[in-house]
Amino acid sequence: MPWFKRVEKGIHTPTEEKKETPDGLWYKCPDCKTVTSMVEHRKNLSTCVKCNYHDRIGSREYFAILFDDNQFTELDADLVSGDPLNFTDTKPYPQRIAATQKATGLKDAVRSAYGTMNGQPITISCMDFSFIGGSMGSVVGEKIARAIDHARETRTPFLMISKSGGARMMEAGFSLMQMAKTAARLALLAEDKLPYISLLTDPTTGGVTASYAMLGDFNIAEPGALIGFAGPRVIKETIGKDLPKGFQSAEFVLEHGFLDFIVDRKELKQQLSDLLAMLRPESDGKDNLKSKNGKAAKVS
Amino acid sequence: MLLDFEQPIAALEGKLQDMKQLATDSQVDVSEAVKALEEKIKNLKKETYANLTRWQRVQLSRHPERPYTLDYIHGITDKFIELHGDRTVGDDNAMVGGFGEVDGRSIMFIGQQKGRNTKQRQMRNFGMANPEGYRKALRLMKMAEKFNKPIVTLIDTPGAFPGLEAEERGQGEAIARNLKEMFMLKVPVICIIIGEGASGGALGIAIGDRVMMLENTWYSVISPESCSSILWRSWNYKEQAAEALKLTARDMLQQQLIDGIIKEPLGGAHTEPEKMMHSLKKKIIKLLDELESVDARERIMQRIDKFSNMGVVLES
Repeated sequence: MPWFKRVEKGIHTPTEEKKETPDGLWYKCPDCKTVTSMVEHRKNLSTCVKCNYHDRIGSREYFAILFDDNQFTELDADLVSGDPLNFTDTKPYPQRIAATQKATGLKDAVRSAYGTMNGQPITISCMDFSFIGGSMGSVVGEKIARAIDHARETRTPFLMISKSGGARMMEAGFSLMQMAKTAARLALLAEDKLPYISLLTDPTTGGVTASYAMLGDFNIAEPGALIGFAGPRVIKETIGKDLPKGFQSAEFVLEHGFLDFIVDRKELKQQLSDLLAMLRPESDGKDNLKSKNGKAAKVS
Repeated sequence: MLLDFEQPIAALEGKLQDMKQLATDSQVDVSEAVKALEEKIKNLKKETYANLTRWQRVQLSRHPERPYTLDYIHGITDKFIELHGDRTVGDDNAMVGGFGEVDGRSIMFIGQQKGRNTKQRQMRNFGMANPEGYRKALRLMKMAEKFNKPIVTLIDTPGAFPGLEAEERGQGEAIARNLKEMFMLKVPVICIIIGEGASGGALGIAIGDRVMMLENTWYSVISPESCSSILWRSWNYKEQAAEALKLTARDMLQQQLIDGIIKEPLGGAHTEPEKMMHSLKKKIIKLLDELESVDARERIMQRIDKFSNMGVVLES
């Protein structure tokens, strides 16, 4: 005898009345397919709770992770792109920019800001991949150059978070020269003996890799990030063979000697703070090492 | 080999040759007709080369008979000693360099080298350098700085090599480092695009006090073919891509991304290589005279300021 008895016959829910889970409540890891709630995923700084896959995030999230209490002052927030070449491919460049600005709420593919990180002042520029593939045009180059100048003026360390497919083709020669411009400012930063940390996140390729991203005193990366000069597809076409597994991953780049270390996003803030603390000039906070006559004691 | 737009000119030149032959064979006076034809050829050439499309300039920049880096170096210098190797991994045949003597002056020459036949092209890897090429270039630049000799780089590359080993050995890092280090070189640096100037592969040796382009060359962030394949998702839009990229010497000067154009003989550098060498040499000497009169630190700051001003942004 059944436990339940069907009273009415032919009960169906019409499609339009079926209840659906709203988008954005759950996150499915593209790597291990584990499903977690979005709240949990965000709390875990957008890394997978099970396999630690680092999901792509933007400047808003990185600033929230790194700046104390999410307090920071944005630099050059109003800089926008011109259209010096009247560039049109399948659509005019200004239309593409306007549409992307509307869709993302961003002005271009990088944001710069300064504030404190565990109490230490720092200047950060962070790229947004959602803005035309994080491509580097005049605005990206100029904002990074100005952020470096800000770091030099305020004598603070500079952190660059890269996430980009490379140069922005719609600005042709102008975007190429942004590689030179940023390298020039970094040469001056180095001359001033200020620390430059370059964090490479998924993906960092092309002209960005071949300029500021690889020029850090410390080049560090998030686990599993794709890092390279040429894109995998281009290399595959050139050599006519499949690429080995893990090729151009952060781990591969570390193994070949181009990264200092790989850092888990959840440890990023602490790791950066610890590193920068070790670079502080001897005079700060080291009064306890001074001998009675005021001369610095030898530290061995 | 003849490009499309070279054919009508070549046809007339052939006719002129026949006419002259006929005159010697038959002793008929054709001097009037020869003169008229010569005039016609000259006018056609002038018109053709004044109105080349951007894509046609790209074709001319890749003309298989065009002088390459070593041709220029040998043509300009009285003596040249080539130097090899990056002292770490190997010697890259796509990037050459060494000390040369020009009118009693020692200059460090560096440039990408293309090959003329299949075997050479393979040996030179089509002018696409690997990381060790960029590192060799930097080693030679640092050496020039040590001995206080000026540097001239000649750029002719379809790009840095996009290979597996190039990635393993840090192609991006090698180029990036060159950009940064070149800004701080205490000696004068002149960079001249002599053929193709493709993207980071070109820029990796193109940070200088004066960046010049020969008249029929191109310099941009990507080749028209690759641009077509990415933006139009097909290889068939290379002419449009070349137009959109505005990549010729005249375009680049107008955008203030280079410092000047060096004129080529009518018909391109390959038609009268001797003449081309001569004007290139004269230009190099003139530029060096200008640059050597500036204090080293001042020169570095001017170099940095020049590149720092490149780009178009709006304050909204």
